[in-house]
Amino acid sequence: MTVELAPPPPGRSAAADRAETRRRRVPYLLLAPGLVWLFIFYVIPLFQLLRMALTTGNLQAGYVFDWVWENFTQVFTTYQPQLLRSLVFALATTMITLLIAYPLAYAIAFRGGRYQSLFLLLLLMPLLFPFLMRTLAWRIILADQGVVVQTLQNIGLLPSNGRLLATGWAVVAGLVYNFLPFMALPIYVSLEKIDNRLIEAANDLYSTPFTAFRKVTLPLSMPGVISGSLLTMIPAAGDYVNVELLGNPQQAMMGNVVQNKFLNIIDYPAAAAISFTLMVAIVILVLVYVRSVGTEDLVA
Amino acid sequence: MRRSRSGWVLPAYMWLVLIYLFLPVFVVIAFSFNDINRGFNVVWQGFTIRHWLDPFRVPDIVESLGTSLVIAFLSAAVATVLGTLIALALVRYRFRGRSTTNVFLFLPMATPEVVLGSSLLALFITLRVATGFWTIVIAHILFNISYAVVTVRARITGFDRHLEEAAMDLYSDEWNTFRRVTLPMILPGVLAAFMLGFALSFDDFIITNFNSGTVQTWPMYVWGASRRGIPPQVNVWATAIFILTTVAMFVNLRIQGRRAARSADV
Repeated sequence: MTVELAPPPPGRSAAADRAETRRRRVPYLLLAPGLVWLFIFYVIPLFQLLRMALTTGNLQAGYVFDWVWENFTQVFTTYQPQLLRSLVFALATTMITLLIAYPLAYAIAFRGGRYQSLFLLLLLMPLLFPFLMRTLAWRIILADQGVVVQTLQNIGLLPSNGRLLATGWAVVAGLVYNFLPFMALPIYVSLEKIDNRLIEAANDLYSTPFTAFRKVTLPLSMPGVISGSLLTMIPAAGDYVNVELLGNPQQAMMGNVVQNKFLNIIDYPAAAAISFTLMVAIVILVLVYVRSVGTEDLVA
Repeated sequence: MRRSRSGWVLPAYMWLVLIYLFLPVFVVIAFSFNDINRGFNVVWQGFTIRHWLDPFRVPDIVESLGTSLVIAFLSAAVATVLGTLIALALVRYRFRGRSTTNVFLFLPMATPEVVLGSSLLALFITLRVATGFWTIVIAHILFNISYAVVTVRARITGFDRHLEEAAMDLYSDEWNTFRRVTLPMILPGVLAAFMLGFALSFDDFIITNFNSGTVQTWPMYVWGASRRGIPPQVNVWATAIFILTTVAMFVNLRIQGRRAARSADV
């Protein structure tokens, strides 16, 4: 994203030069307050987290910084299942959400007609409901005596004593539900931008609708697919609410361990090491994903 | 576009997904009419409007809503100001470090909330700052800044710089130009950033959970109550807020639609 300033008019005066010098300082003054805030409350805390992950001790005796890398090795031994589960759940959630959201965004963009903004509003309206309440409602919907479980049992997809709550399925279902609008919206935005004439041109050149979609629509919508996937994958990998409300401790993800050790058990060094590892893992996951879908304009 | 006889499939699918998205919302609304007194509000016991007539029965709910409103207002206001300044700098000036700043602003949005929350807690623990109201505000400003930048930037990118130059040519100084020309033009973006920040703050649970101490925001109250059974008044309030914000959204949409129609006439 580059925005050109208007070219300076020919024959500028000394006053204009002075104004120009002053102008050069303006952007830094505009940036300063916000960036300072982010530096103090984002960058420094991350260093603090890393530092805490390398300490040893306990709450009573205090913590000593001593390059204790054991806290990190413990993450890959003791908490390996949770780490892997976080990544697997996040990837599964992203894939399922993408499969549901793409046709939805496509339908709104190409079949919405003049009601497009109404459909968008409907897509976003559930977000006005508290996130925790919506997730809790799935407890009722997926309850053991509920319609969903009974139906699945009747058609044999679940064993007669099978349940959905307290399983990994319920956790992934909850995650998919929570992030669907965040996946669909960016895809819609990139689909809506597509010049219809490009698709018509493909049709005119005797392309089948499917080929037109594969060669024109899909590639042009990739930026939306990628930002939607990031908006889903990153929070899903760090989530602990869905496990807590819909799963059981056997499906614990990294986020559950972090919140438990920080707030309940009070084991700061281990919690910090897990939290820091989670961040690094997600950065790697995102980079691998972006590489494999192939785009570089992640930021703009 | 060419439409085949199977043209009904996509719209039908769209409605199905929208119904799926609304399913939990309908459940919560329905259970605000559930005839229960205490315990877990998960099994239908019969219809009553009792809870709607007595929304103030649980004082903690009202108090937590008030706390959340104040925090959302404060954090959205500060983050919108900081974010607008950054957005103005990024769009209207070319300077060294511009692309680095872009990447840097993206990072907080790409950091999982658990890490944001826990790293801030690590800072507060080290500095021996007791967590509570102000640490929540600090955390909410932090995660709102980047969103404010993105929202305002999207709005500024499109606007006509010549208007500002015209004002400057007519001997308006920079402050007056900003106040009379720039601000009115970017105001919709600024308001959108404020509303987004307000909504994100009002509904945030994950980051708040790490930095709230004993202060109960609205999501913190719901979280705590979910362990011992959520009073149906929670469903009442959630529904009422939902209806209010929905109506506001539709009114806003109508106004924008009319404005667009009017400017198309001119």
